[in-house]
Amino acid sequence: MAILSKEEARKILEKALSYSKADGCSVSLNGTDRGNIRYARNSVSTAGENTNVVLGVSSNFGKKLGTATINEFDDASLEKVVRRSEELAQLAPENPEFMDALPQQTYGGESKTWSEATAKITPEYRAQAAADSIGPAAAKDVTSAGYLEDSRSFSAILNNKGLFAYNKETGVDFTVTMRTNDGTGSGWAARSVNDVSKLNAATTSKIAIDKALQSRNAKALEPGKYTVILEASAAADLVRLMLNMNARQADEGRSFLSKKGGGTKVGEKLVDERVNIYTDPWSDEVPSSPWQNDGQARKKMDIIKNGVVSGLFYDRYWATQKNVAPVPFPSNAIMEGGTASLEDMIKDTAKGVLVTRFWYIRPVDPQTLLFTGLTRDGTFYIENGKIKYPIKNFRFNESPIIMLNNLETLGKAERAVTSEGQLSLFIPNMKIRDFTFSSLSDAV
Amino acid sequence: MKRRDFVQIAGLGLGGMMLPLNLMGSEVPIEVLLDVPLDTAQKKALADAALNTAKSNGATYTDVRIGRYLNQFITTRENKVQNIVNTESVGVGIRVIVNGTWGFASTNVMSTEGIKKATERAVAIAKANSKFQKEPVRLAATPSYGEVSWKTPIQKNSFEVPVSEKTSLLLNANAAALKNGASFANSNLFQINEQKYFASSEGSYIDQDIHRIWPTFTVSVIDRASGKFKSRDAMSAPMGMGYEYLIPKSEDKITGPAGVLLYRNTYDIVEDATLAAQQSKAMITAKSVDPGKYDLVLEPNHLGLTIHESVGHPLELDRILGYEANFAGTSFVSLERLKSGTFKYGSDQVTIVADKTQVGSLGAVGYDDEGVKTKKWDLIKNGVLVNLEATRDQVHMIGQTESHGCCYAQSWNDVQFQRMPNVSLSPGKDAYSPAQMIKDVEKGIYIAGRGSFSIDQQRYNFQFGGQTFYEIKNGEIVNMLNDVAYQSNTQEFWNNCVKVCDEKDYRLFGSFFDGKGQPSQSSAVSHGSSTARFNGVNVINTGRTI
Repeated sequence: MAILSKEEARKILEKALSYSKADGCSVSLNGTDRGNIRYARNSVSTAGENTNVVLGVSSNFGKKLGTATINEFDDASLEKVVRRSEELAQLAPENPEFMDALPQQTYGGESKTWSEATAKITPEYRAQAAADSIGPAAAKDVTSAGYLEDSRSFSAILNNKGLFAYNKETGVDFTVTMRTNDGTGSGWAARSVNDVSKLNAATTSKIAIDKALQSRNAKALEPGKYTVILEASAAADLVRLMLNMNARQADEGRSFLSKKGGGTKVGEKLVDERVNIYTDPWSDEVPSSPWQNDGQARKKMDIIKNGVVSGLFYDRYWATQKNVAPVPFPSNAIMEGGTASLEDMIKDTAKGVLVTRFWYIRPVDPQTLLFTGLTRDGTFYIENGKIKYPIKNFRFNESPIIMLNNLETLGKAERAVTSEGQLSLFIPNMKIRDFTFSSLSDAV
Repeated sequence: MKRRDFVQIAGLGLGGMMLPLNLMGSEVPIEVLLDVPLDTAQKKALADAALNTAKSNGATYTDVRIGRYLNQFITTRENKVQNIVNTESVGVGIRVIVNGTWGFASTNVMSTEGIKKATERAVAIAKANSKFQKEPVRLAATPSYGEVSWKTPIQKNSFEVPVSEKTSLLLNANAAALKNGASFANSNLFQINEQKYFASSEGSYIDQDIHRIWPTFTVSVIDRASGKFKSRDAMSAPMGMGYEYLIPKSEDKITGPAGVLLYRNTYDIVEDATLAAQQSKAMITAKSVDPGKYDLVLEPNHLGLTIHESVGHPLELDRILGYEANFAGTSFVSLERLKSGTFKYGSDQVTIVADKTQVGSLGAVGYDDEGVKTKKWDLIKNGVLVNLEATRDQVHMIGQTESHGCCYAQSWNDVQFQRMPNVSLSPGKDAYSPAQMIKDVEKGIYIAGRGSFSIDQQRYNFQFGGQTFYEIKNGEIVNMLNDVAYQSNTQEFWNNCVKVCDEKDYRLFGSFFDGKGQPSQSSAVSHGSSTARFNGVNVINTGRTI
């Protein structure tokens, strides 16, 4: 029962809402079907499937709010969960930041988040993907470790003001790490897609195998400032960190977007003028739901235009405090790229470092958005337009703001998989000057 | 508790209605949390249904975990209670070995029929995966304990304390911070109760009731004129305790160097919030550090995280073997280094123990999630690596016959696997206080509280920040510092540990969110130590202009 159609979901939500006696009531349904396979040491280690549907009910009396959830859907259960949320609301203290439910919203076009091919993934598909990774690895004296997870999900909401919204979504994430059996080389590759027909585990695995073999016996370079070519994953892992442009934090003076003396940096140039970043739920490459979980309509909007901060994101409460329209937080980000391929950028580099990915990125100073982290699974020295040799991993201390001010070239954009983030990004490979590597790591 | 849930709940600036759609459990009124829905006899009957089904379907080993996971989270900012969330999650996880291969399935259908179906799924998955299995699973023997139980030795169940008492305490802490110069104050209280029933085909039926608590805050000072903002987080530790942790006792308070206040087994959140506001204010104008080599004096609430990252993780056997290669990484520690018996992990001052029994710690349980009675063992003895952290199915790979009891799953619907035990630095044997330690340092920095942290995938190179930093010159603290982070290499760092204070200074640091595995699971773990000194560590200046 995990993936309900729009009509099935609406029927359950209407029934639940019919039991409400509160001043306001919002009901939601969220269902997910997930499957995964994990392998390491060239062998499958775990595999599983899980499924769940949860009904959430939020009731309010004035500004007193209570929420309850349940995963049973007979009439008695529906009434029980509504009563439970009302009891909780009566017990709750008033929340001065409570916002009344929204009326019906207009959503701009059909969602692009569902793929029939992904919906039909079987355990046999997953096993074959693992086999397509393990087999070629073993043939090259390389050890594979990887993970494939596929999901089908839906979300629906209904409230007593008449707002109804529904979306269903599929996704596949595949990551693989290949390590040479002498322990001196490691390579990584990853793909994230909505439509599984765009995924080829063997091709992705081959990229990781090649990187592992090429990265054997790395040499040490002195830490310092280097020109770097960041593959899309590495670029995305830093750029994503500047996209939480929360208006409230900026207004309160505790954000990199706060200004000395008060105010925010909206309308000011923050990074190189070639940087253009926007969010768009209807992107073909990184589609997302046209609405966020309170029912607000998402829109295509600029985040950074020609290097200038276009606007910040306002939750509904903060928007009323500032007399502006609320701006939903982005569910994806698209950064415009150029035409150069990775090979073109390498060819055009006298001295530099090619970075496959970053790892263990943590904030150091929220004021300047300074982060630290390390390169991992394929770091190479470039000289006179060619990859000369693999190099040992570096620790960096860098701010994405400083980095995007030191932009040299934007390459072709692609959908990137980040080390830890949740946001879907379509982002170019990029060349950056004076990137700060502060120490060496012996890790392979 | 899942990290994603925490981030959602504890994030700054949550406004308006927040549906807990991704919460691990269902939201329920407090009375429900105090009910006992299933008694031990009912749980045993359900467990036996799974054990019998698995056996008749060809399983050579089965374990069943019937779990009820209760949480209460309270979030506040300034004078507002933003949210009170009670969650409950109930279900059963069944793990089997068929054809020498693991299979796992879970269900929230708590009937004999539902459990039988899930067991059949676990068996089917094991059979499918056995085609890829190279070596059959080997389990280290563990005794059959019969019907036993264990409970966190709490004095006051935090779920029984009225919500109004808890919100008042948090709002008082916020008010104290605001009164002392803070621009903003966010405070949270997390309370966890894991009611876990474990049964295995080897005859153990183990009923456990585990409690954890974590009060915490972030206090911020904004200086509009300079455009600077500084924050200080709470100096509390998440603990394996009840509400008694929040009833301060004077004997648990430690006045550290530079007036820093530190807490042992009970915590004064209002007092700490007061000091946090004062310290945040002082940070606005504190001196920016001159980079270079310093002798570091690290207090336990800071050092715990360094122990976690640079000792706890590299000694996990599954990482060393490569099972985490695609996510958390592997380790610089190899089986050869362990076998040599001479690998010098640290100086002779460094003795590090693993302990799943330590009272008050987050990792303390009577039995792990595969029915192994917990214990304490040495990992590093006088600087030399002597042992690792392992589970029943892997400990034979280091030539041992007894599991270390390190198996854990974050909920009934996640499969259990190897997780870090409490890993702690033993206190020094000579009487020696932090004040004496600072007196002996010529050029150094005293660091308190956990800050930024990052380490590579094999656990060589790390960088840590902290909450507050003080410059030491010729045996005295001379001023507060800003922009401090230190970088080192694990083996070099621990070999530069020249002194550890005595047991009077010993206390626990903790984390609710040790992440590992795919899909990722969180585990809670503590790390104890006394203040310790590390010579000649590289300190960088993290100040930048944008």
